[in-house]
Amino acid sequence: MENFEPEIVAFCCHYCAYTAADMAGSKRISYPSNVKIIRVPCTGKVDAIHIMKALERGADGVYVAGCLEGDCHFKTGNTRAKQRVDRVKKILGDLGWEPERVAMINMSAGMGERFAKTALEFTEQIKTLGPNPVRQAEIQPQTMG
Amino acid sequence: MITAEQKPMQEIIRYLAPYSKILLVGCNECVTVCAAGGRKEVGLLASALHLNSLKQGKTIDIKEITLERQCDPEYVEELTAYIDGADAVLSMACGCGVQSIATRFKEAHVYPAVNTKFMGASLSQGVWAERCQGCGDCMLGITAGICPVSRCSKSLLNGPCGGTSNGQCEIGPETDCAWRLIWERLKALGIQERYEELNDAKDWRPAGGAGPRKIIREDLAL
Repeated sequence: MENFEPEIVAFCCHYCAYTAADMAGSKRISYPSNVKIIRVPCTGKVDAIHIMKALERGADGVYVAGCLEGDCHFKTGNTRAKQRVDRVKKILGDLGWEPERVAMINMSAGMGERFAKTALEFTEQIKTLGPNPVRQAEIQPQTMG
Repeated sequence: MITAEQKPMQEIIRYLAPYSKILLVGCNECVTVCAAGGRKEVGLLASALHLNSLKQGKTIDIKEITLERQCDPEYVEELTAYIDGADAVLSMACGCGVQSIATRFKEAHVYPAVNTKFMGASLSQGVWAERCQGCGDCMLGITAGICPVSRCSKSLLNGPCGGTSNGQCEIGPETDCAWRLIWERLKALGIQERYEELNDAKDWRPAGGAGPRKIIREDLAL
């Protein structure tokens, strides 16, 4: 598991986190390539099913990155996203999965450093948790063989 | 509407443990509105069940379908095309839907995925409260549109009990005393003299006291 490189899906709001990622790039701040960004018009667009499907298809971690609380371009999209992330966390807990595989993160468009730092921290957190249990189940027979 | 809440995940998983081909059936009516068993919840539960089986190294085949109304035979009939391919049916409808499927498909192993709660109204997004117990003899016309049967903890018919305190019910401060609400509304409408009229002891047979109820409309029957 030492060489485990997680696959992480980040749903990023067009108005903040996606722009912050762009800024990180402009400033030449590197962040782990493990993070695959999906741009959304608002994190309020991200439903619980999107997060679940990402996990179902093998993502080791998923986070939703929206605007700072109170700063949503559409007023309440980020608070709704947080509620949905919490719902998925509960489902994962009920299934015996680690709820820490999903997270809600808030940042503004100017926070390039924070975007990179978050990507790094989340990647490290998922490395500690290990691969998605779905992938673990797939990996197991191979390692035994 | 009829309100419902999803059952605990582990209870659902326990029901489905012996099966590998599941027909997961939602309903487009009440359980969609109260976000317990509509198309969206069907997708989410299917995904959760997939995650659970993948973790255990098992494969589970889930067919998702959401019927227009699970309590109506003409829509339940749509399951005919899928029922033979399923080891078990998991219904996300209220108890009426689950029983409609079990009645139509005698051989099918049918399980509920939700707990049916009550007939309620939406107070705000994500909040539902009981508003009707289906007593079969509606009193709202004499109680200013506030139901003492469903909203008074004791279903009292002639004013509050001694447990009312500062307008709240003794069971807890989150429950308003129904008779305080009735009195205030009667006053606001200027018809408080109605409060003086005694209601006779209620006949609870139409409320289910005489056994399972049925409505027969011969003018509609085919």
